[in-house]
Amino acid sequence: MTTRIDTRFAELKAEGRAAFVTFVMAGDPDPATSLEIVKALPKAGADIIEIGMPFTDPMADGPSIQAAGLRALQAGMTLKKTLQLVRDFRSSDNKTPIVLMGYYNPIYIYGVDKFLPDAKAAGVDGLIIVDLPPEEDAELCLPAMKAGLNFIRLATPTTDDKRLPAVLANTSGFVYYVSITGITGSASADSSAVSAAVARIKRHTKLPVCVGFGIRTPEAAHDIAQHANGAVVGTALVDALKASLDADGKATARTVGAVADLAAALAQGVHEAKQAAE
Amino acid sequence: MTQAIPNSYRSGPDDTGHFGIFGGRFVAETLMPLILDLQKAYEDAKADPAFRKEMDGYLKAYVGRPSPLYFAERLTEHLGGAKIYLKREELNHTGSHKVNNVLGQIMVARRMGKKRIIAETGAGQHGVATATLCARFGLECIVYMGAVDVARQQPNVIRMEMLGAKVVPVQVGARTLKDAMNEALRDWVTNVHNTFYCIGTVAGPHPYPMMVRDFQSIIGDETRAQMQEIEGRLPDSLIACIGGGSNAMGLFHPFLDDPSVDIYGVEAAGHGLTNLHAASIAGGRPGVLHGNRTYLLMDEDGQIQEGHSISAGLDYPGIGPEHSWLHTIGRVKYLSATDEEALAAFQLLSKLEGIIPALEPAHALAKVSELAPKLPKDHLMVVNLSGRGDKDVPQVGDILKGRQS
Repeated sequence: MTTRIDTRFAELKAEGRAAFVTFVMAGDPDPATSLEIVKALPKAGADIIEIGMPFTDPMADGPSIQAAGLRALQAGMTLKKTLQLVRDFRSSDNKTPIVLMGYYNPIYIYGVDKFLPDAKAAGVDGLIIVDLPPEEDAELCLPAMKAGLNFIRLATPTTDDKRLPAVLANTSGFVYYVSITGITGSASADSSAVSAAVARIKRHTKLPVCVGFGIRTPEAAHDIAQHANGAVVGTALVDALKASLDADGKATARTVGAVADLAAALAQGVHEAKQAAE
Repeated sequence: MTQAIPNSYRSGPDDTGHFGIFGGRFVAETLMPLILDLQKAYEDAKADPAFRKEMDGYLKAYVGRPSPLYFAERLTEHLGGAKIYLKREELNHTGSHKVNNVLGQIMVARRMGKKRIIAETGAGQHGVATATLCARFGLECIVYMGAVDVARQQPNVIRMEMLGAKVVPVQVGARTLKDAMNEALRDWVTNVHNTFYCIGTVAGPHPYPMMVRDFQSIIGDETRAQMQEIEGRLPDSLIACIGGGSNAMGLFHPFLDDPSVDIYGVEAAGHGLTNLHAASIAGGRPGVLHGNRTYLLMDEDGQIQEGHSISAGLDYPGIGPEHSWLHTIGRVKYLSATDEEALAAFQLLSKLEGIIPALEPAHALAKVSELAPKLPKDHLMVVNLSGRGDKDVPQVGDILKGRQS
């Protein structure tokens, strides 16, 4: 099974570049604007798009992404509509990998058996589910792999060498290294520590390693991209979106551009980084 | 979801922390190694006689255990049926059953060398107990409390601060217990290296539901021995209120394998089950939140709904996973009581027995008023009086004053 994620990393490797991975929340600030934002991201240089599935209780997220999820829910976003967003995006882009990221409960309630084929058919390539560690693989990870979706696992500074093999065992697509112990958007990643951590993970896997949490600027993205196969930016994009909203929290004419412009600057930072030889 | 009736109702959870389909370890990877460490530390402590001995010492001299099993004579007379006993957990140091669990967890934290303790709290009873034991053992204490609860449970906020704890009002979501738990989990993810998360109820990822149950089971163990001594036999029924369900589980667990004992848990029905409430079993379905699979209040999309109850301690949209399991296999009957019923019971016990109960056990007392009159006079019923009402006096006073004018 080869997903769009695998294909994209093979292309990037051939070009000697790191991946610029963007995160935006589905339905933020409303479903229509959200679709326009997702469509604008590949043009701005995003190599992979993570789309957040809004949840009322995002335990690993900081205030920015919490608020983004609540804006989306208030605008009527549901998991069904998130899959529709992916379908709509796919009608004009069949290459950019889409990863859905979020928490397990909405999927559990949707029904795993129904969700996986629906997600695959919509054009989803991978899943990152924050509250499903390897100990709960039977819930979604194993069925997802069977359904042809990558299950991308988070590795963290607390994932030691003893635990890494278990974390990596059923991971596919790429490994998402969480560069800090903390919630999204809270601290900045230190590039030398990240470099060492990526090297440690690579001793255990051939999969690409992308780094996220705490990357906010083109400079930081550039820095991280020298040490990893990809840099993930979420909170900074969500903050740019929020800054563009009117006093009632509604989208303005600037909203799509605000996200796309920051994405373009970040993409440049990532793409100018020289990849260390593998 | 057919489940076989087990040989024992007391053998759970399994090695992966499941009670039937409920429980589990649904946490971020950052926390997973900590949870495994905690499990090991707890198992080591449990096997260490010195740990038990030290804990028993504090339970006796510091907490004031055993708590009395008291025959509520005038309440019994008034209701005219079953003989009602109150398990007086409200007489514990700090004013509720919460201290039993906190003492245990703080002693595990000390074994693990953790110096910074975080906790979530709803009514503030768990927060007060945590602040108290942190003061006693010289540990840093941070308590997350929903901003709404901070406003309605001021006496407990002041107590926590006097005890040296930092109370952080949580301004997100409905600003009640669920959101306080989210913030505590976010703190834990951030401060993994030095922090111990002292969860206040039988919920959260494995091993918490099991560990908290074990520490609270002293309630049922004592009740069993005390009832033997007073009446020479087992009680016929047990009843306790349920938010997350730790006081209930503590009373129930030692009796689960005694088929002659009927067991009732009472959830908060708020304004009524067709309105705003916090009755996860009566009005919810299985889902995944805060590290475990359990009955939850949620919408069609799996978004968590806010609980509503007059009692800040029951205002949680979930319930401990072992309760969910005991419900599905039918060992425990889950009932619910409205805000109004709880208020009436609060006043009834105050006037008849000279005991002002917390609003949480007032929910259990409300169902006692319903069940007891229908039962014979030789029926022995035990109510867990899990907390005292001092913290609720201003709130209930305001409500009653509002009705007079």
